[in-house]
Amino acid sequence: MKLSSLRSVTTEAKLLLIGIPLLIWTLLPIYHLFLFSISPKESAFSGKLWPDHPTLHNFAVVFKQEHYYLQHFWQQLWNSLLIAVATGALTLFIATGAAFAISRLKVMGGRMVMNLALFTYFIPAAFLAVPMYRTMGLYGLLNNQWALILAMVTIATPYSIWVLKQASDQLPVELDEAAVIDGASPMQLFRLVYIPLMAPSLVAIGTYALLLAWNEYLYAFLLLSKDTDVTLPVALGNFLAADDSPWELLMTTGLIYALPPAAIYYVFKRYMVSGLTAGAVKN
Amino acid sequence: MSSALTLQEVNTVQDAPARPWLTPSQAWGLILIIPYLVIFLLFVIYPVGYGFWIARHPHTYVELVDDPIFARSAMNTLVFLVVGINIKMAIALFLSGFFIQARTWIKWLSVLFILPWAVPSIPTILSLRFMLNPEWGVINTLIFRLTGEDGPNWLNDPTIALTMAISVHIWKSLPFWTLILIAGRLAIPGDLYEAASVDGATNMQTFKYVTWPSLRTLYLTSTILSMIWTLGDFNSVYLLTGGGPADQTHVLATLGIRYLRLDQVDMSMAAIVCALPFVLPLVYFMMRRLAK
Repeated sequence: MKLSSLRSVTTEAKLLLIGIPLLIWTLLPIYHLFLFSISPKESAFSGKLWPDHPTLHNFAVVFKQEHYYLQHFWQQLWNSLLIAVATGALTLFIATGAAFAISRLKVMGGRMVMNLALFTYFIPAAFLAVPMYRTMGLYGLLNNQWALILAMVTIATPYSIWVLKQASDQLPVELDEAAVIDGASPMQLFRLVYIPLMAPSLVAIGTYALLLAWNEYLYAFLLLSKDTDVTLPVALGNFLAADDSPWELLMTTGLIYALPPAAIYYVFKRYMVSGLTAGAVKN
Repeated sequence: MSSALTLQEVNTVQDAPARPWLTPSQAWGLILIIPYLVIFLLFVIYPVGYGFWIARHPHTYVELVDDPIFARSAMNTLVFLVVGINIKMAIALFLSGFFIQARTWIKWLSVLFILPWAVPSIPTILSLRFMLNPEWGVINTLIFRLTGEDGPNWLNDPTIALTMAISVHIWKSLPFWTLILIAGRLAIPGDLYEAASVDGATNMQTFKYVTWPSLRTLYLTSTILSMIWTLGDFNSVYLLTGGGPADQTHVLATLGIRYLRLDQVDMSMAAIVCALPFVLPLVYFMMRRLAK
């Protein structure tokens, strides 16, 4: 009895010895971000764990756009939102149609299209960035937000089609047969049977594409340049250009920008984890 | 699957007398798949073809190989992949064992642990960059307060700077891979562990004979997938070190952008073409695993 309780104490201590450093490692950069956003400018550098006079002043400065780097804050936030939503919607539209055609209608060449899409998925996006930039220039889309939307759709669709096809292959084939025997056209089958049954996967994919576009930095700064066109991450990156950057404002803006995706992630966690992690690596 | 009638066959039976060349379902299938094909042709095939065309001159490759920054970047990329990814996956494997322990506080910890993956990388990388600032950064402030000596100039030494970039990458993507390996561990049947426990196996033996054999394939796939993705990790290096000091910490993903800035697009494309012989086998492996 005594020995086993001693053993459980050591087990508990060992677990804590892993858990506490892990907690610090995980939260430190995020807490640092938060700490700066609530610290007055002059005491931000003191190295204290909690500021003597916490303030929301930085948020007020950001929201009122009272700094040179923040002149277009609301416009840039709107750009980020618009591009993320457009990417999510377009990706859903394209990927759902393609997955339905490949998985349910068994369209000719569907297998090859799936393989090409998978191949694209595995080519690192950064490798495609430079040719994509030049191509957008040739298409006359440079500095147009459509360039970023289309680039993000290109990057998001392959994985989306694959995940939707996997989920779609699980639906019993008898459903389609019953619908067809009842005289349903392929489009009715798509609208009335397929879309409702696929809803959870569609939520996962829509969220995936939305977050991908919201978080994107490389393509955003390559394809857009005007201060009123760029998304928030590009504006954050621009802070780095100056030596005397107002770091507390950068951190505040960064925190505001980071909150929506974090919230979305925790709200849709159930869908994201089952839909995406299961899809990412199949056993 | 094979015994059941496919939709196509049902349609063929219905349309048997007329036998049109294109059944309605095939026609709709083509209509539905065309948007993706358009995207694919315009924004994948054309740019890739264009990229190869730009990088067609042999003298570009001679110039590239002569550029010491390219050699350095290739070396950095290799270190990033071979050292960084293996350390990350080993930690993820270890932590997945930690997180499946049934404790309430570990459940809560796992919720927080996901944060680095759930928040966008730009603000957190900039936050880390600032923490590492040699003069005002919180880390050197702490070092000074504890030891009375100045801390290292973190991002001004190529070796330390690259190590920091790898750490940032690990910080960001560790939660994702831990989650994957937790899912893998939870899929192992419990009676295997019961049997091992009845036989009096130690923790090490249980891992060696039960956990690892079941997890091996998933672990290998994850490692290779992570390597492919990490090749495209632009943010961890670009936003932390900007490739500096003296262009010593570039990786292939940031080198392409550097050449673009210098208006040397042919070099940029050639650098990527040089990476393909290493990337394509990994991609082929993943395709074989996933396209079943």
